[in-house]
Amino acid sequence: MSEMRRVTAICNGTAIDHIPSGHALQVLKMLRLDVGRSNPISMVMNVPSGKMGRKDVLKIEDRELNQEELDRLALIAPKASVAIIRNYHVAEKRTIELGTELINIVRCSFSNCITQNPREPLPHKLKIISAEPMKIRCFYCGKNQNIDEIVDYII
Amino acid sequence: MGDLITMDDLTNEEILQVLDNARSLLPVAKGDVYLPLLQGKVLGNLFFENSTRTRMSFETAMKRLGGEVLNLSSIGSSVAKGETLYDTMQMVDGYADIAVIRHPNQGAAQYSADAVEIPILNGGDGAGNHPTQTMLDLFTIREAHGSLEGLNVMMVGDLRYGRTTHSLSHALVRFGAKITLVSPESLRMPDEIVSDLISHGGEINETEEMSLSIDSADVIYMTRIQKERFPDEDEYIKVAGIYKLTEDNLSGAKAGMIVMHPLPRVNELDASVDSTKHARYFQQAFNGVPTRMALLCRSLGVKIPKKVNK
Repeated sequence: MSEMRRVTAICNGTAIDHIPSGHALQVLKMLRLDVGRSNPISMVMNVPSGKMGRKDVLKIEDRELNQEELDRLALIAPKASVAIIRNYHVAEKRTIELGTELINIVRCSFSNCITQNPREPLPHKLKIISAEPMKIRCFYCGKNQNIDEIVDYII
Repeated sequence: MGDLITMDDLTNEEILQVLDNARSLLPVAKGDVYLPLLQGKVLGNLFFENSTRTRMSFETAMKRLGGEVLNLSSIGSSVAKGETLYDTMQMVDGYADIAVIRHPNQGAAQYSADAVEIPILNGGDGAGNHPTQTMLDLFTIREAHGSLEGLNVMMVGDLRYGRTTHSLSHALVRFGAKITLVSPESLRMPDEIVSDLISHGGEINETEEMSLSIDSADVIYMTRIQKERFPDEDEYIKVAGIYKLTEDNLSGAKAGMIVMHPLPRVNELDASVDSTKHARYFQQAFNGVPTRMALLCRSLGVKIPKKVNK
């Protein structure tokens, strides 16, 4: 059974395919779509994939994700493919880009970092040290961030 | 840019240039010559955490070069009233031409540099970096060995929280040092630093045993186990006093080997070492003056004459 049959096609919105298996919930959290939204969202997890073995898929109705939101995905699903759907057709394909730094996307997890004071006004800044394996470091304190827990530190 | 936040802010050539300048300034540092290169300039000495040598040697360095110093400590200032570092730095930006900052939070120096226009020198940020200490350490090593290339260096003690060893090891591997890191398991050098050292081609050996590497060392860099950095006093008690270097330990050491310590010391460096030819830590503390003079001039874009005559 193909994954397309598991979830019906959406009329308008965004489809995110090739999310690493088991990470769809993290993606929702990363995109801040997990709470306080009324858009219908369909999710399939752990479906077979020729490219990845197993994968997750998300379909978000009536919402076109912008590039800034999609770039957040790069942290947990750098190889995901994103399609903007309009009137049941793929209107645009968007790529996910992992830049060299993350500004005000994630905050540093280190308890003694200067950025832990919520009253300090400068933006949270993390540097991408390497993409594979993913290594991220706080620009200020220099501490490596735990990628598995990074979703807990989203701003 | 005149900031000095980590040793990555200086190339090897710049390091050697600063050390050459520091040597030229020795007569000024000793007070034999008055050379007012920084007349009319104001240094903000911002110490949000205790300091003796760093604060005093920066102050001496500035004054011997004809500059003025503003001192701020967190006690009795608006910091104690809950002012953010950002706001404090906005004020300093208007009052001083350059600032040195010591702060208990890691990353505070970089944060300050991002917040202001004036050059910022990191005088120690939490358990992060202490690059001006590293520069005076390198000055001390170079004066003793004639070069920084390919030395055998032992670092002993609190390598986890010890920011002096973090910055120094980064610099030394760039000059081809072989580094032996001696610490109890709980105070090992942080993983991200060890992996950086290795990726820069450093030959790194980690051990809990101090005595085995003494005889092959060119430099023994002792550090204090820092009680104030332990979240739990029981953990401190377990490792306090674990290493103690005495004169007897040095019987097989190389003739030119030097013993260094950023000071203050507690028990890890016995007073019996003071009278040996290896002891270099008080000289090292003095070297903070010429080195910090050279760093202040670099950050303020002031040229230092090659030869300073009496």
